[in-house]
Order: sequence, then C-alpha cells, then structure tokens
Amino acid sequence: MAEKSFQKGKMVPVPSHSIIPERDLSEFPVLECSHLGIDFGGLQAVNEFNIVIGRTEIAGLIGPNGAGKTTVFNLLTKVYHPTRGTILLKGVDTAGKTTSQINRMGIARTFQNIRLFSNMSVEDNVKVGLHNQVCYSMPSGVLRLPSYWKKEKQAHERALELLSIFDMQDLANHQAASLPYGAQRRLEIVRALATGPSLLLLDEPAAGMNPSETAELMENIVKIRDTFHIAIMLIEHDMNLVMGICEGICVLNFGQIIAKGTAEEIQSNPTVIEAYLGKQQGGAQDA
Amino acid sequence: MNKLKSMKKSTRKNLFTYLLVIIAYLLIQLLQGQGLLTRSLQGQLVPVCCYIVMALSLNLVVGISGELSLGHAGFMSVGAFSGVVAAMALRSSIASPALRLMIAIIVGAALAAVAGFIVGVPVLRLQGDYLAIVTLAFGQIIVNILQCVYMGVDAAGLHFRFDNADLGMTDGTTIISGPKGTVTVEKISSFTAGFFLILITLFIVLNLVNSRSGRAIMAIRDNRIAAESVGINVTKYRLMAFVTASALAGAAGALYGLNYSSIDPSKFDYNTSILVLVFVVLGGLGNMWGSIIAATFLTVLPEAMRGFEDYRMLVYAIVLILVMLATNNDQLKGLLSRMIPKRKEAVKHG
Repeated sequence: MAEKSFQKGKMVPVPSHSIIPERDLSEFPVLECSHLGIDFGGLQAVNEFNIVIGRTEIAGLIGPNGAGKTTVFNLLTKVYHPTRGTILLKGVDTAGKTTSQINRMGIARTFQNIRLFSNMSVEDNVKVGLHNQVCYSMPSGVLRLPSYWKKEKQAHERALELLSIFDMQDLANHQAASLPYGAQRRLEIVRALATGPSLLLLDEPAAGMNPSETAELMENIVKIRDTFHIAIMLIEHDMNLVMGICEGICVLNFGQIIAKGTAEEIQSNPTVIEAYLGKQQGGAQDA
Repeated sequence: MNKLKSMKKSTRKNLFTYLLVIIAYLLIQLLQGQGLLTRSLQGQLVPVCCYIVMALSLNLVVGISGELSLGHAGFMSVGAFSGVVAAMALRSSIASPALRLMIAIIVGAALAAVAGFIVGVPVLRLQGDYLAIVTLAFGQIIVNILQCVYMGVDAAGLHFRFDNADLGMTDGTTIISGPKGTVTVEKISSFTAGFFLILITLFIVLNLVNSRSGRAIMAIRDNRIAAESVGINVTKYRLMAFVTASALAGAAGALYGLNYSSIDPSKFDYNTSILVLVFVVLGGLGNMWGSIIAATFLTVLPEAMRGFEDYRMLVYAIVLILVMLATNNDQLKGLLSRMIPKRKEAVKHG
C-alpha cells in the first residue's frame, strides 16, 4: 500500500446537511446514516442522527457524557438494532445484518472499556482479527494440510506487520492481559485494523493516555488513514486530539445532533459552547 | 536440543503430551508382557482409554470453548449403542475384529456427531448456567430414549422397535434389549485400539486448538462481543467445538460398549457426565495432559480402594471444591511459585 498523505482538505456540502472532504466526492460515502434512532423503552437514546462520512475522512463524534455517542457506535455495528432510520455502508443498506456480518462488510471498532481476548497472546489476538482475511477450512487445520502451513505463515507475517504500526512486534508472544493499559488500547486498534475495514470506529482511543502518548496516537491515527486509505470515526473527550485531526465533527447532546462542521466552525458554535464547552470557562477545553 | 528450544512453547507442550501417552503405552505393554499387571488393572485398561478420550473431548467444550456441558455421557451412549449395533451387524460379513472395531468407532462417532448437532443447535442459543442445565437434560433424554430401544439382527438385516413386542426375527440375535441395554456383545475392544484412539483424539484436539478455528473458539470464550466485532460467526464456532467433542465422545463410547458383553443405558447417566467433568476440572481447564492424568488416576484409584466405593461421589465433591479453592488462592499460588522458581520464570516469559 503506497502511503499517500492527505492534507486537511476543503470540506464541501453533500445532501442531508453534511460535509465531506472534497477529495472523497467521486465515490459513494463510506457511511451514510439518515434519520437513525433508537428507543430504550420510553427513552429516545438517539434520534434523527444524520451523518455522511467520506472514504478517507477522519470524523469526530463528541458530546457530553451520556449524550449517546457509544450508542451510535453500537447502532452502526448492530450491537443494537435501530428503531428508525437507515445506515448505508458504501451505498449498501445494512438492515438486518448481524454484528459479524457488519464487520465483514467493512466496519471495525474498538471499545470504550477494553475488550481483548485476554487469555490469548498478542499475536493470536491479531490473528483472530485476520480471521476473515486469511482463511482455511477446519479440516485442513486439523489435518495440517499444505494450505494450513501456507496460510498460517501468511497470518504470522501479516500480524507482525500490523503490530509494527505501533512498534509492538516485540510483544507478540506476551499474553494480552499482561500488557500495560496504553498498549492494550493500541492492540485493540491493531486487531480492528486486521479485519480489513473501510471504516474504523475508535471509542475513546486516548482515554487514560498521557499527553505525549496522545500526541503519538494522533500521529498514528493519521498514519493509519494515509496507509490504509480508510475512513476513521472517533469518539473522544480530548479536544486537542479531536480539533487537531478530525475533518468533520459532529456534536451530540441528549441523543440529538446539535452541530456539525469543521473544527473551526464547532469551536465557534454558540450552541456547542453552551451545551458542552461553555461549562468549562477556565480555559481548559478537556472535558 | 536447540531445535527443541526454538520451538513455540505450545508446540513443545503438545509434543510432550504425545510423548507421555506413547511412553505410558509402551510401559504398560512391557508390564503386561512380564505378567506384572493384576487382573483388575488389566480389565481397567480399555475403560481408562475411553475416559481419557471423554475427558479430552469435554475439555474442548469446557476448557477451550468455555461452555459448561453436563450431558457429555449422553453422546458417549449414542456412540456406544450405535457402535455395538454396527459391530454386531457386520459380524458375518467382516471377519477381522480390528476392522469391525474401527468401523464401529467411526459409526459411533458419526451418529454422536449428528446427535451433537441436533442437541447443539437449540442448546447453544443459551449461555452459562442455562446451557449447563439444558445439556444435563438432553444427556438424560438421550439415555431415556435408548432405554426404550429394542434391536436385533438376523439374515434379513436389522430389526428395530420402540416397544417390547416381538422383533419378528427368525433366528437372529438381540443386540439391544430396552432397559437391559446391549446384550450378548462380542468383546472386540483392545488396549491398543484405545491407545490409537487417544492419539487420534489428541491430534484432533491439539491441532484444532492451534488453528484458525481454534483461535476463533477461544476468542468467543474470552470475549464474545469482541469476537463478533471482528467478524467471527459465534454460533458456527461454538457448534463446531460442541459437535467435534460429541463425535469424539461417540468414538469413546463405541470402544467402551464393545469392551463389555452387556451395558445398561443408565451407565451413561449424569453421574458419568459429572465424573468426566471432574477429570477435566482436576486436570485443569484447557490442559490436555492434565485431563489424561486426572482421568487415569480417578479411574484406577476407586478400583484400587474398593472398600471406599460408597463414599466415592462424596469424596469427589469435596476434592472438586478443595481444588477450586486451592487454584484460586493467591497465597497458595505464591507459595508454589516460590517453591518452584522455574515455574514462575516460565509463566513470566510465556
């Protein structure tokens, strides 16, 4: 994969009041949600969620605690099935699909509370991510047919290559649960990337990281987008990260989108300041 | 030696397990040749092999797939009865007992796999305690159905009924006679066959665990939601582990059934399922050679201490509780790792 660096490009309007990078206009957007919503009993956890994400866009989803951000991720990956609305993935409707089918269609995610395969090694965690990328049947695995050796070698090499994005290839034989917190978060991203997604959903990737780790993470997120040519959507409370790398930002409050736009537009949006940033007048913008 | 060191730890451990089984087999053959084995111990050789295979296959479900199944003996009974029928039906057409035993084991495994699939599809919609209870029930249902089966063979072929009426045979032999179970079975099981069955079981289980499918199964055990999120079909892989284990239990059952001239279906009730679970838990979840050792000792020991037979189940329960307490005790773990420093090192660099 040739590394091609994308600058923060000009954002242009598309239908349903969203904006995507101008360079992504030639293809179907990777994700298109219209009138998406879910009710839990009488509570409208998410309502009228409309968003369009371009093929190589880094998008941000922000909002106060309990705004419904993770619920949106769970809707996109069909952990919850939406009550209303449609989700188009590269122009294809995802209605009625299961979580694993959604992954095979091209959405991979990480979790707010880390979910690794903790009893397995780091390398095996990534190999599980490669499950649908490097395939051979159960009988050829049990009987150790030639395809087993060939594909296992391929999976091993691919896993190490992916781990090297975060310089983690030396940790390959460690047990996943024994890694430090930051490394576990990075491993989760590598595992998600291993599934070969077109859209990567990151749920608070910088949670629990110190400023220098966060800075490194920002570089790596941009690098992942540039290397793999994929779209990334992230939920994050660290405003430096969001404002630094996100092209289109969407602000959620009480399950409703209250603002959409570029970093500059969001920062100067009075509704957002009132709902979210305005609460912290001390200058620190980290919520 | 260097080559051995450069291998992956799991590969080395697997080789060690195969080696353990082969050495044990040669040792027993040697002792038997010298006439040093007591009669009761000789009679235990085949059952021990069957229980080892049962423990290994249940370990695939409980240790690797992480589902508590309490009906494993049910699949053993399917294998035992179908294996016996196959061996008896082929008695006139195939002369070699070894070949007949092989066919019986394959038939037993295949039918137990079918039973495993039929039970697995509804049961694996459940998780945890619910799954355990329903597998317990299904194990018992299988045994109850087998208690109603009457089967015989004559020149015209197999005769089969669900009630105690006349099977309508001219001069055939009855193979299964309802609650009495299998009757007048020709004993064709041998220790060598048991040894090969253990090797094949180990080969299947260990290779499955160290393959793409095995990783998927373990991923589901460790974190179901994450496994789904990376595109793993959860139902498929849970079912794969369950059906494979059922087939292996069926193979063990066929070997077991052909080791006795008659077996009553209640032999495979839930006590046997629990017994096999005890082997797996004592040997360590996911630890194959642990299962082998636990199955061997816990099958041979009660026979050696016949006087205490009445208290066996009581002692099992207590031992099971003690082992669970001990393995979860940090102080005890610390003591062990201080006593065996190498062990601690191995864990660290594992």
